[in-house]
Amino acid sequence: MYVYDEIDQRIIDDRVEQYRDQTRRYLAGEISDAEFLPLRLQNGLYVQRLAPMLRIAIPYGMLSTRQLRKLAQISRDYDKGYGHISTRQNMQLNWPRLEDVPDILAELASVEMHAVQTSGNCIRNTTTDQFAGVAPDELEDPRPWCEIIRQWSTFHPEFAFLPRKFKIAVCASETDRAAIHAHDIGLELVPNTDGELGFKVLAGGGLGRTPVIGQVICEWLEKKHLLSYLESILRVYNQLGRRDNKYKARIKILVKAMGVDAFRERVEQEWQVLKDGPTTLTDAEIERARSYFTRPDYQTLPADADNEALQTLLAENTEFARWYQRNTLPHRVDGYRIVNISLKATGYAPGDVSDTQMEVVADLADAYSFGEVRTTHQQNLVLAEVASGDLLAVWEKLSAMGLATPNIGHLTDIICCPGGDYCSLANAKSIPVAEAIQERFENLDYLYDLGPIDLNISGCMNACGHHHIGHIGVLGVDKKGAEFYQVSLGGHQGKDASLGKILGPSFEQDAMPGVIEKLLETYVALRTDEEQFLDTYRRVGIDPFKERVYAQDH
Amino acid sequence: MPRIIKDGAVVEDSWDGRLLDLESYNAAVEGGEAPSAEIAVQLEPGEEPAAIAGDLHRIPMVAIHFPVFTDGRGFSYARELRQRGYEGEIRAVGSFIRDQLAYLARCGVNAYAFDGDIDLEAAVGSLQGFSDHYQADVLQSEPLFRRR
Repeated sequence: MYVYDEIDQRIIDDRVEQYRDQTRRYLAGEISDAEFLPLRLQNGLYVQRLAPMLRIAIPYGMLSTRQLRKLAQISRDYDKGYGHISTRQNMQLNWPRLEDVPDILAELASVEMHAVQTSGNCIRNTTTDQFAGVAPDELEDPRPWCEIIRQWSTFHPEFAFLPRKFKIAVCASETDRAAIHAHDIGLELVPNTDGELGFKVLAGGGLGRTPVIGQVICEWLEKKHLLSYLESILRVYNQLGRRDNKYKARIKILVKAMGVDAFRERVEQEWQVLKDGPTTLTDAEIERARSYFTRPDYQTLPADADNEALQTLLAENTEFARWYQRNTLPHRVDGYRIVNISLKATGYAPGDVSDTQMEVVADLADAYSFGEVRTTHQQNLVLAEVASGDLLAVWEKLSAMGLATPNIGHLTDIICCPGGDYCSLANAKSIPVAEAIQERFENLDYLYDLGPIDLNISGCMNACGHHHIGHIGVLGVDKKGAEFYQVSLGGHQGKDASLGKILGPSFEQDAMPGVIEKLLETYVALRTDEEQFLDTYRRVGIDPFKERVYAQDH
Repeated sequence: MPRIIKDGAVVEDSWDGRLLDLESYNAAVEGGEAPSAEIAVQLEPGEEPAAIAGDLHRIPMVAIHFPVFTDGRGFSYARELRQRGYEGEIRAVGSFIRDQLAYLARCGVNAYAFDGDIDLEAAVGSLQGFSDHYQADVLQSEPLFRRR
């Protein structure tokens, strides 16, 4: 993974000192609340319902074990001993003290980490495929590009006071695991007619109050022009994006209002000025970025199908076999597996991870996965490169820590924002809804029979829980001061991305597990042998689900 | 005379010409008065530098107004003015804050007239940005990756 040189380190150290001074001036009454707001936000600090919340950046989800151990220590020393993985692959601490934040940032800087631009109206943490570099369907490793974008967007002088937040995601594989269609800018590495890889650029996607699927503004961009092209898009957005209404300030509204062709034309116009300028990437810089993401020293191992010991184990140990089947995935190299660590055990808030769990995962990564861990936008962790012969040992240790719930990609692997329990923006609680649904669907045979289902829950319109792109989406709404839940169906995050359609009137919290159950019964009754939930929904439409859920009981 | 920050120091504001809003400036151009060394233009958010692009070599000062500090359009305006070759004074005016000075400077602003009462001597310290930056900007034409 990327390693700071002395310049990167100095820049982050400078930032800590700058923020320490700003905090001091704020506490001394020299900076008003309104003026301090964007300063603290761009250092990751929100003021929430019960306490401040600090969102720590995990650039494109990559963590060294040294960094993960530091997060464990910080969560213990400055918080209540746990962190929460967000849908931007970041980690949130729910209980830091505002006065301690400069010290926390200094601790983070000591392991090449920070909380820069994790909030505020600026360019946020760039996200990508959590299986980057190990996925069999990858065209190229997206992480060097993410790092190049990270450096370009960090403390960009022109784009720190945008109309609204700005999110970029990169996909470099056949399956989109980064939800690039739901981002302000989505970048997809694609070949041109000569087979050379370049970027397809999408703009104007986003969730929130007005969900929109991004539109293509450039079919193929030569790699060296990436930054000047991004800069052109941002410059157009910074000048023309609406600032009179925060709900209409995202780039998606601008692209819609101008029309994608007019927007593209304006970007091209800006780009003619910036193109081939100093921001044009050099081969040396691309190579430098790539040099940090090399293949580790793999052993030559038999493929799992030819590994007799493994096959015997899988035949004899059903629990292990279940976990192997649900929570691990093929790796690009024979004899290795990608291990998903489920942070979705029933009874724990989705995405929460304790300090001791972090330390166990760090130990496992050191012993079995080349010392690296990843966070996912589905709010889980990943050990990306585990030799199949080590899987049993990994599973046993994960199981002992409550980290081996075999539910990855299934109904109970719920994406869920912190909701009304923590967040001051939320209309409704989301964690208790997730928990009640997890309890209702604890029977694993039934869970597996239902096949892959994305269930996403957001506590408000800001859509941190990505409810619009869940096969089943749940949105907390406020009805005259009471908490209700609106259900949508048919959202999807892949290359054939779609937005969910609202089922009908919203429900009380207690009714939610029953509503989900009726939706699933409808699917089971209507599906053909090969169909997954989304396929059935796309074939039959929303009406049969609606009729079943809203039928009058007799 | 009011005091401002200019070219890195607190100074008395020596500008004694006229400062016109864009509409009045356009009228002055119609009337043959502008462009002139005595007439500066103030851009509001939403008034892009393209509007005065033809006159840039003869405008002594362009003021960029920040009615609220969170409206960042002026950052792009400053950058664009410099990109178009403007070499005169770019003055931030209005409700921007001290903690924005380093970014403003990197975008090409070289003078700062704050609304309200500010400790200018202390604020000058915020002009000093970090020891290095990743991007190309008006003060450093090469991005870090070309200097590594």
